[in-house]
Amino acid sequence: MIPAVEAHNLTVSYARKPVLWDVDFTLPQGKIIGIVGPNGSGKTTLLKTIMGLLKPDSGYAELLGKPLDDIRERIAYVPQRESVDWDFPASVMDVVLMGRYRKKNLFKRLTREDKQLATEALEKVNLLEFANRQISQLSGGQQQRVFIARSLAQMADVYLMDEPFVGVDAATEESILQLLTNMREDGKTVVIVHHDLQTAQSYFDWIVLLNTRLVACGPTAAVFTDDNLKDAYGGRLNLLSKLGDLISQKEFPLREKGFEDKKAHSNPPEGKE
Amino acid sequence: METLLEFFSFSSPNVRMVTLGTVLLGAAAAVVGSFAFLRKRALVGDAIAHAILPGIVLAYVVTDSKHPLVLMIGALLCGWLAILSMDYIGNKTKLKTDTVIGLILSVFFGLGIFMLTAVQHTGRGNQAGLDKFLFGKAASMTQTDVFVFAGFSIALLIITFVFFKAFKILSFNRDFALTLGLPVKWAEFVLATLTVLAITTGIQAVGVVLMAALLITPAAAARSWTDSLVRMIFIAAALGALGGLVGSYISFTAPNMPTGPWIVMALSFFTLFSLLFAPKRGVFAKLQLQRKNREKIITENLLKAFYLTGEKTGNVQAIIAKETLDSYRKFPASEFQFALRKLKRKLHIIGNENGWRLTETGVVKAARVVRLHRLWEMYLTERMNMQSDHIHPNAETMEHVITPEVEAELIKELNRPEKDPHESVIPY
Repeated sequence: MIPAVEAHNLTVSYARKPVLWDVDFTLPQGKIIGIVGPNGSGKTTLLKTIMGLLKPDSGYAELLGKPLDDIRERIAYVPQRESVDWDFPASVMDVVLMGRYRKKNLFKRLTREDKQLATEALEKVNLLEFANRQISQLSGGQQQRVFIARSLAQMADVYLMDEPFVGVDAATEESILQLLTNMREDGKTVVIVHHDLQTAQSYFDWIVLLNTRLVACGPTAAVFTDDNLKDAYGGRLNLLSKLGDLISQKEFPLREKGFEDKKAHSNPPEGKE
Repeated sequence: METLLEFFSFSSPNVRMVTLGTVLLGAAAAVVGSFAFLRKRALVGDAIAHAILPGIVLAYVVTDSKHPLVLMIGALLCGWLAILSMDYIGNKTKLKTDTVIGLILSVFFGLGIFMLTAVQHTGRGNQAGLDKFLFGKAASMTQTDVFVFAGFSIALLIITFVFFKAFKILSFNRDFALTLGLPVKWAEFVLATLTVLAITTGIQAVGVVLMAALLITPAAAARSWTDSLVRMIFIAAALGALGGLVGSYISFTAPNMPTGPWIVMALSFFTLFSLLFAPKRGVFAKLQLQRKNREKIITENLLKAFYLTGEKTGNVQAIIAKETLDSYRKFPASEFQFALRKLKRKLHIIGNENGWRLTETGVVKAARVVRLHRLWEMYLTERMNMQSDHIHPNAETMEHVITPEVEAELIKELNRPEKDPHESVIPY
């Protein structure tokens, strides 16, 4: 089966300081997958790199066996809730409809079908009664659900979500989990950045354990061993972070020319949509 | 009155030109400025307005013409250079955004003033009037100027309409737009070009120094009145146009009054008015809300005092004198009188020479406050493990805050308890 996500030797830096070192893994389809690690371990960076928002210094990521540009419509992304200004003048429905924006309809009106899909997405997250509410009047958990509804409206196959459980009350957490389970039953893949070790074990089928480098990746039971957890949460590798500091202070390039490890596309990318 | 009629008859071609020009400029700048406002780039507009000065002077030096179209092309190129420089410096150095904006603003503006002075001293015949760009020259707009502005303003409004969805998603959640594969860079390029264009046309009326006001103040005012982006942009455009109209009118009625600064004065007044008096978001509305809350608290406290004092005697509708109430809780005299009047008017209490008692509806109201207080105390001890001698102050506040929905949830979650942690009966 084609992997949902493949990261090949990803090295990513912020202001020259490496945040991810040669991260390499493949994730299967049809699973709820957690990207787990301590604060500052590069979880969000990894997700943003996979979504093409950050440029890796080396390596590449593919989704469903293809470069992101070829299959954007099958991928949905849920950014962190705090990444936007919720005082923006928009209603809940406005935001969810953004999930229907495409390159080819950007200059057109949205269709009745788009509106129907957005309505159904709102229904799935139980926010139908708030459809016309201004987004700043929602609670944190409701705002999170608006973002999830927007991704549902995208009708994708792979969903990448950044911390969807932050600031969410217990009942909402329960309902989001139920929703994720339903999505898995429909054959969707959900990849979730998650910081809470306590709940990770019960939420996810498959786990990527991260601490600036890949610690482990595999089915939850196999990854959640004492050794792995100690490895991930026992602090950074001393030498590795020293070297990272050196690179950033002395402005060395992260990769020599010719070693960027990009995928050579032998066949030209298929008709882009 | 006569001047007003004369003004609005637009019989003088000059008045007609100036008014039409400023109204269009005001509306166009406000529309583009709305997006700058929402993207929190108010200062970038100010920087661009200053930074296009060298472009204007250079365009004049090169072509020896003061045709507005020529000057606008110079301004556009220079504005673009300023934006690119800001992006480049921001990306390549560790300087913070406000530093970069300040840097570009002062360097470009300094260069512009220098070039302007140099040109003025060459003694070229037709250079007079270039310095009008500093403070605007609305009153001396020519027909050519107005035609060019009108063309630009209308083009600008049409492009905004076409790109509306792109600008909206770009302003709200740029990263998400990128992941959809939308042409974000393109949309940003168009929006930046529109901003430079709006500024270039706008400075002809109000000048470099006041241009930021034309961009940002209508948007800031409009935001107070609505939560819908479309409505906000329409209101901003209307306020921008109205500002232009008011400015033209004042400079028409009072000779030697400059148009530009009066436009900005009018816009500032609209903004101040909106920030103070807009429903919901205005300062006044917020104060009103606080006052209502305070009233609710004191009347509910008095109701509760009646109920609790009566409860001790076994009759919640017992007639109670002021002194008895005081022994329960000392109300400040003015608050007591206020709450008493309110409750009497609502027929929650009635009184005779001995004191007052709760009416039937008063009992229902008072019982609710007591119920919420005791329910919340239950919640604090059961769910938050607080000691029963620590819970009173918290409940004293929450009894006024809890809504009927929260009340229903509380009762459900606590299984409709009969007594509170102090063994008092919870009245349902």
